[in-house]
Amino acid sequence: MKLTLKIWRQKGANENGGFKTYTMDHVSPDMSFLEMLDVLNDSLVLKGEEPVHFDHDCREGICGMCSLYINGRPHGPLQTTTCQLHMRSFTDGQTITIEPWRAAAFPVVRDLVVDRSAFDRIQRAGGFISVNTGAAPDANEILVPKKVADEAMDAATCIGCGACVAACKNASAMLFVSAKVSQYALLPQGQPERKERAERMVAQMDAEGFGACTNTGACEAECPKGIKITNIARMNREYFSSMFTNYQVEVGSDAG
Amino acid sequence: MKWFLDLFSSTLGRKLMMALTGLFLILFLAVHLAGNLQLLKDDGGRSFNIYAEFMSTNPLIQIVSKGNFAFILIHVIWAIMLTSKNKSARGPVGYAEASGKSSHWTSRNMGILGTLVLVFIVVHLKDFWAQMHFGAMPTVDYDGTSYRDIYSLVNEWFNVGWYVALYVFCMAAVGFHLYHGFASAFQTLGLNHLKYNGLIQVVGRAFAIIVPLLFAAIPVLMFFN
Ligand code: HEM
Ligand code: FES
Repeated sequence: MKLTLKIWRQKGANENGGFKTYTMDHVSPDMSFLEMLDVLNDSLVLKGEEPVHFDHDCREGICGMCSLYINGRPHGPLQTTTCQLHMRSFTDGQTITIEPWRAAAFPVVRDLVVDRSAFDRIQRAGGFISVNTGAAPDANEILVPKKVADEAMDAATCIGCGACVAACKNASAMLFVSAKVSQYALLPQGQPERKERAERMVAQMDAEGFGACTNTGACEAECPKGIKITNIARMNREYFSSMFTNYQVEVGSDAG
Repeated sequence: MKWFLDLFSSTLGRKLMMALTGLFLILFLAVHLAGNLQLLKDDGGRSFNIYAEFMSTNPLIQIVSKGNFAFILIHVIWAIMLTSKNKSARGPVGYAEASGKSSHWTSRNMGILGTLVLVFIVVHLKDFWAQMHFGAMPTVDYDGTSYRDIYSLVNEWFNVGWYVALYVFCMAAVGFHLYHGFASAFQTLGLNHLKYNGLIQVVGRAFAIIVPLLFAAIPVLMFFN
């Protein structure tokens, strides 16, 4: 295949970037998208040019590290991760525009690499359960209906890649945050910190500067893991009910 | 008190205000339509005038009407706050290429559709509501009681071609606003349930098509009569 690539090049966070056009003459349709970029980078290095920087790690669709906004869609034309996208999804002679995720909360580090640590900070704000790690408990000690377990597991498949933010016209992180809130809100282990979790994660999401949800559904349509916007409705319920009912208990230090 | 401020300054709290005011305005639309349909009655405007007199004098309706104005104002101000936050969330550089494949265009243009609705509301208030409350209105007598003749005023405007066209165009904007907005408000409130999602979707779309269509049919029919 012959391809024309229009790639966003930017030297650093505070530099101005711009598109650069590259042509590739021998692309195999069996290559993954990232392998195609590897080949491009090899040729750039041979020419003594700076290779195109992009994020990737597992290349198995499980780590959430790869990104890329390809021809106007996060992770390209298929509902999968960029590492699992193959060149057979494109046509010979096609021009492919490759941009980084665009969000105020995801600043560009270099070329196509963006800083997604905003997601880590949201996760740290409440996306966990506090338990003593002891011996492994017996299986089925805590009963969870299959339906509920499935829903929680579906939410938990979120790999935090940020495609939802990239796809959303408001750069809203609500699909990500709601998946994390949901996976714990559904399970018994998540109950003790349920209310604080919703409050803290939503507050952190706002502090990071993500947009609000307009319920366009673009995130759900683009999510490589098929996370549903029913999770966003659940997060809204969790957040509202927590804000209206949660209270602090003051424990006197001299009591008892 | 802090929790209250936190709630209403959060993105979700702001969306809550949008959804609640939006749903109230939907209710208002339905009531308003029921009133307007009396314009089509073949009684020289009698029942419409009596209804309008009631709506502009009944103390309870006056309170609801004040609330309605407040809700429109809140809906608009919150829309501006949310839309500007959403615009800045994209960051300094936007996408060179964007595909609209993954969402419906109405959902991406609520601000523009809402602005068209706002233009309509302002024109509408100036020509009808302000006349009824502050203007010098002609009167008619029904059974010895004097009523302000708003029907004649409406009839006059609805014989102006461009006015009818504007009216129909703005009703289309209302329809598209609600085509997304109706179900969206439920999702915002967290009322998403596999058992009822289909129903909300169908009722919402039916409302978004039928109500503006009936609203728009009134001036069109009066124009051609
Ligand atoms: C008859 C009048 C109106 C009705 C019935 C109405 C109804 C609604 C409803 C039900 C929603 C969905 C709320 C949600 O997503 O939770 C909505 C959203 C919205 N409305 Fe209206 N609206 C009206 C007028 C206006 C006006 C005058 C504006 C003017 C600027 C406006 C701007 C918006 C915007 C920007 C949104 C999207 C907010 C977001 O999701 O971030 N609307 N409206
Ligand atoms: S590189 Fe790990 S998901 Fe794509």
